[in-house]
Amino acid sequence: MTVNGWIQIALFCAVVLALVRPLGGYMARVFSGERTLLSPVLEPVERGLYRLAGIDRTHEQHWLAYATAMLVFHAAGFVLLYALLRLQAVLPLNPDGQGAVAPDLAFNTAASFITNTNWQSYGGETTLSYLSQMLGLTHQNFLSAATGIALAVALVRGFSRASVRTVGSFWVDLTRGTLYLLLPLCVVFTLFLVWQGIPQTLGGAVATTTLEGASQTIAVGPVASQVAIKMLGTNGGGFFNANAAHPLENPTALSNFAQMVSIFAIGAALTNLFGRSVGRERQGWAILAAMAVLFLAGIAITYGAESAGSPVLNALGLPGGNMEGKEVRFGIVASALFAVVTTAASCGAVNAMHDSFTALGGMIPLINMELGEIVVGGVGAGLYGMLVFVIVTIFVAGLMVGRTPEYLGKKIEAREVKMAMLAILCLPLMLLGGTALATVVAAGLAGPANAGPHGFSEILYAFTSAAANNGSAFGGLAANTTFYNTTLAAGMLVGRFFVIVPALAIAGALAAKKTVPASSGTFPTDGGLFVGLLVGVILIVGGLTFFPALALGPIVEHLAGGLGQTFAAGG
Amino acid sequence: MSRPSQTLFSAALVGPALVGAVRKLDPRLMVRNPVMFVVEVVALLTTILFVRDAATGAADLAFSGQIILWLWFTVLFANFAEAVAEGRGKAQAESLRRTRTETLAKRLTGRGDAYETVPGNGLKVGDVVLVEAGDIIPSDGEVILGIASVNEAAITGESAPVIRESGGDRSAVTGGTQVLSDAIRVRITAAAGSTFVDRMIALVEGASRQKTPNEIALNILLAGLTLIFVFAVASIPSFASYAGGAIPLIVLVALFVTLIPTTIGALLSAIGIAGMDRLVRFNVLAMSGRAVEAAGDVDTLLLDKTGTITLGNRQATAFRPVRGVTEQELADAAQLASLADETPEGRSIVVLAKEGYGIGARDMGHLDATFVPFTAQTRMSGVDLAGAQIRKGAVEAIVAAAGGGPVATRGSSAALAYARTASTEGVEEVRAIADEVARAGGTPLAVSRDGRLLGVVTLKDIVKGGIRERFAELRRMGIRTVMITGDNPVTAAAIAAEAGVDDFLAQATPEDKLALIRKEQAEGKLVAMCGDGTNDAPALAQADVGVAMNTGTVAAREAGNMVDLDSDPTKLIEIVGIGKQLLMTRGALTTFSIANDVAKYFAIIPAMFLGLYPQLQALNVMGLASPQSAILSAIIFNALIIVALIPLALRGVAYRAVGAGALLRQNLLIYGLGGILVPFAGIKAIDLAVTALHLA
Repeated sequence: MTVNGWIQIALFCAVVLALVRPLGGYMARVFSGERTLLSPVLEPVERGLYRLAGIDRTHEQHWLAYATAMLVFHAAGFVLLYALLRLQAVLPLNPDGQGAVAPDLAFNTAASFITNTNWQSYGGETTLSYLSQMLGLTHQNFLSAATGIALAVALVRGFSRASVRTVGSFWVDLTRGTLYLLLPLCVVFTLFLVWQGIPQTLGGAVATTTLEGASQTIAVGPVASQVAIKMLGTNGGGFFNANAAHPLENPTALSNFAQMVSIFAIGAALTNLFGRSVGRERQGWAILAAMAVLFLAGIAITYGAESAGSPVLNALGLPGGNMEGKEVRFGIVASALFAVVTTAASCGAVNAMHDSFTALGGMIPLINMELGEIVVGGVGAGLYGMLVFVIVTIFVAGLMVGRTPEYLGKKIEAREVKMAMLAILCLPLMLLGGTALATVVAAGLAGPANAGPHGFSEILYAFTSAAANNGSAFGGLAANTTFYNTTLAAGMLVGRFFVIVPALAIAGALAAKKTVPASSGTFPTDGGLFVGLLVGVILIVGGLTFFPALALGPIVEHLAGGLGQTFAAGG
Repeated sequence: MSRPSQTLFSAALVGPALVGAVRKLDPRLMVRNPVMFVVEVVALLTTILFVRDAATGAADLAFSGQIILWLWFTVLFANFAEAVAEGRGKAQAESLRRTRTETLAKRLTGRGDAYETVPGNGLKVGDVVLVEAGDIIPSDGEVILGIASVNEAAITGESAPVIRESGGDRSAVTGGTQVLSDAIRVRITAAAGSTFVDRMIALVEGASRQKTPNEIALNILLAGLTLIFVFAVASIPSFASYAGGAIPLIVLVALFVTLIPTTIGALLSAIGIAGMDRLVRFNVLAMSGRAVEAAGDVDTLLLDKTGTITLGNRQATAFRPVRGVTEQELADAAQLASLADETPEGRSIVVLAKEGYGIGARDMGHLDATFVPFTAQTRMSGVDLAGAQIRKGAVEAIVAAAGGGPVATRGSSAALAYARTASTEGVEEVRAIADEVARAGGTPLAVSRDGRLLGVVTLKDIVKGGIRERFAELRRMGIRTVMITGDNPVTAAAIAAEAGVDDFLAQATPEDKLALIRKEQAEGKLVAMCGDGTNDAPALAQADVGVAMNTGTVAAREAGNMVDLDSDPTKLIEIVGIGKQLLMTRGALTTFSIANDVAKYFAIIPAMFLGLYPQLQALNVMGLASPQSAILSAIIFNALIIVALIPLALRGVAYRAVGAGALLRQNLLIYGLGGILVPFAGIKAIDLAVTALHLA
């Protein structure tokens, strides 16, 4: 670890923090339907869209109607994307003549993109046409991100409202989120990335001759625009197979820094929207503080482990950090930071091979995802995931002040606890269940490239990434098989919708409740004590479940490495 | 008076509780408690497998046998906790049941005083019975005619008899209590089997106990956690097979049972029963556990001024003479005027004069005095001595009498202009003093001698000692206090300020009370109040916690969700404390139980996987002797901690009236941090013992 490295990390945190209030304030205005700076331009468009779709923007929905609208919308999106992938060979905008995507891969990809996971079992430039990339994937990149934000806003309304039946309109939230938030940010960010040297073209691959005289085909395409939304919307699906490690997808140190910031920007600012909506920004800062504690612990471990390098190699007289699988352009700190950010935030874009990280360095991304990606988290998903944990925390410890638990004036009762537990249950079910299945059936065992605990980590990582809707790949796992494509797709769908629907149910139940005014007898939820408690509950309730799995994967690998042992293939 | 307290584990309690613990193994009863039911099912299945293994002669029977034994102990300890809690209630129920001995009732036939003798349990609601001195009142009812002194020691523990009479706010009588003097006619209001005492028995025994809303929610959380650990443990065999090994089922079972929240699962119902029991010991009967929980949540307390905040009666606190009159003179005259006055106010004037000015009470007879009693017309009283007329009374009445003018009503300045005989100055001065006294929350009483105004006696409501501190305590707990009084706003404000309540409702009518409760509830607050009269019934029913006084009317008792047998309205404050204590105990043990998992993981995971990867020995941070001793120690700790925490569950976590922040910090330190650390030490200690005894 170097001072320079920590300065980079500190700078990253500072820039993200600086964005929290302005962006949070802007989003609060967007989702409360107020006028914003962009209203003169966008309002006619917005009104036109509502008229076209026959939507009354003043009509709000009960949580069930909200959930139904969301589900129907996603079902339609799923069918559309699946059809597009299967039919891309006969559709336009296919200069490189890509063939139809196989059924299981199309299923996996469609599930992956509507759930904001963006797990990629395919290599973008060798599998997909430009139409599939732009109309299919980019489109879902926007909508899955906007959905996540809409859902978080709906849950926030549950806390900020009192004695009402509605939680907002899914259609309005989705439209305003896309139109006022994601599109303008993406336009600006795309221009920035183009300036940094990322291609943005509809022309086909470029054939060129290298310095040695060999001929090379360089894939290009509408890269910059897709990178912008992949980061801002925490999607993570790269245009190229190498994702953000590819020089045309992430050309400079500045583009790398800006991409990391853009992953956290909206997620972090949503905590401020939450604070503003419930009338005390401090409440939002407390949530962000809990996220920050987990984030800083994670980056300290990963950066430390990567800097220390492999004990096996060190013992062989090869000192220094672990550079295997890292872009030399980025080095250890930018790679470690990127890995922690992308898994904390459900993004899944990568600029290094997580598979090649040291055991402990690679364990942090795993843990980030296993906690449910609540450390900033996916846009929206991080906030509602965190609020689910807040409900559990308040319920467990809130009784200790001698009142039935309440958060922000809302009593936490049987219904909220039931829904919160449902939401928390589905992650271990899909993650551990999927891994357990893959480690006993032949089709699953055929996947990992490594033997021993590391191979186990590869399988565990894939199911973790899918169930948590992250989408980053550890690498090393041959995942484009019928077995992995279908099981991982199932993990993604359950991991997304079995959290969203209970979260909406909580929103509905809370909105209908009265708000109890706070007094000195009320459980304080904006101080350090609460932050510590929340972190503790997240680690014990959310994290310890995965301790056996981690013990058999990265932990044993780390311990063995310390003893100078390695695991031979077949061993 | 509270009942004699029992020790937590007396021999008389433990014996039946042990039997009860075994009897509660019945799955139909266990299923009410999902966590412990799961443990029982697991214990049963492993026992069946053990028998099979024993028959086929499998290895390691001693180890798995011990684990299974501790699984059963875990279930039995949980049942024991519940049985002990119930047992404590049962002991009280026994003493109550003795009051329910078969009585004969004198049922009036409706023709004059004629009655027929029928068995007490044959009475129907609406029957009218005659109860005479020495009779036991056959069932709950309302006095419709007569007045009697009644011994209610059977239910209140208080031996001094109480008065029960028709018409007023003291008309309710309870079956099983005894009439000591006189005779009353009682209309029966409860059928056999549903009387107050019957309900009380059912409550303290826990027979009619239903899960409270918070308990239901907590059970959902515990069931959810159990399910998560099902996933965590069920996926391990696959992981192990990937690593090229297998984990014995009994080890998986041990891990599962130690991880699921058995501690709180085992003690949850005991905590609830003990909470009700604490109220009963406090001579308060809660009609449901829900009410006890609500008590902990109360945001606003409505307290009647009289009897709760102030002593029942106004008392003289000062003599304020006009210029030219000494305090001594005024005190002397006031005392003379009050010698024959038997009202509490009058007596307090005599006492003040004696204690403050050394004027001994004189005998009326010796003075040759004639007492002039108070009437509503004159609004004054006094004495006629030889050659002197001394009067005390309402200021305007005395002024008018002194001036010879008509009795002026307050504020009628035209009438006041007639008050001339006495010096205008004196009148003005007396009025000024009187106004001052009224503004300070007192009641002024003017005194005159032979038409000469001497000054004013200040009568004040005496705020109970220490009540101000109690209200400050409540404020720290986040509870707002509202004083309810029939006084005028000026007086009410002064007393409110003196007592330190947060707000007051002056000139309150029952409708005002009801409106105030509704207003508070509309803001999302929970309201507690106590009352006794029939006109309190709507407010008692509307309040979230309505404590009816046992001396109150049947209507009040039916409307409230608690009854205070001692009829002490101040108890509302303690009831809130007990409610909070119940919730805190539940929260503390839940936190403790969940925090325990950290150490259990560190005990079992390395032990479990050591055969697969010897490197995991590094996770054995406690340095446990062997994998088997580690697993056995964890499961033993898991069972013993239940027993160790039974006293805490029954007694409750100590509650101090401090802010929520301080309370949270303190409890988090003890039960959160303690919950993480204690099992590390405990498991290590048990491991040492297990190794020393060669159990594993």
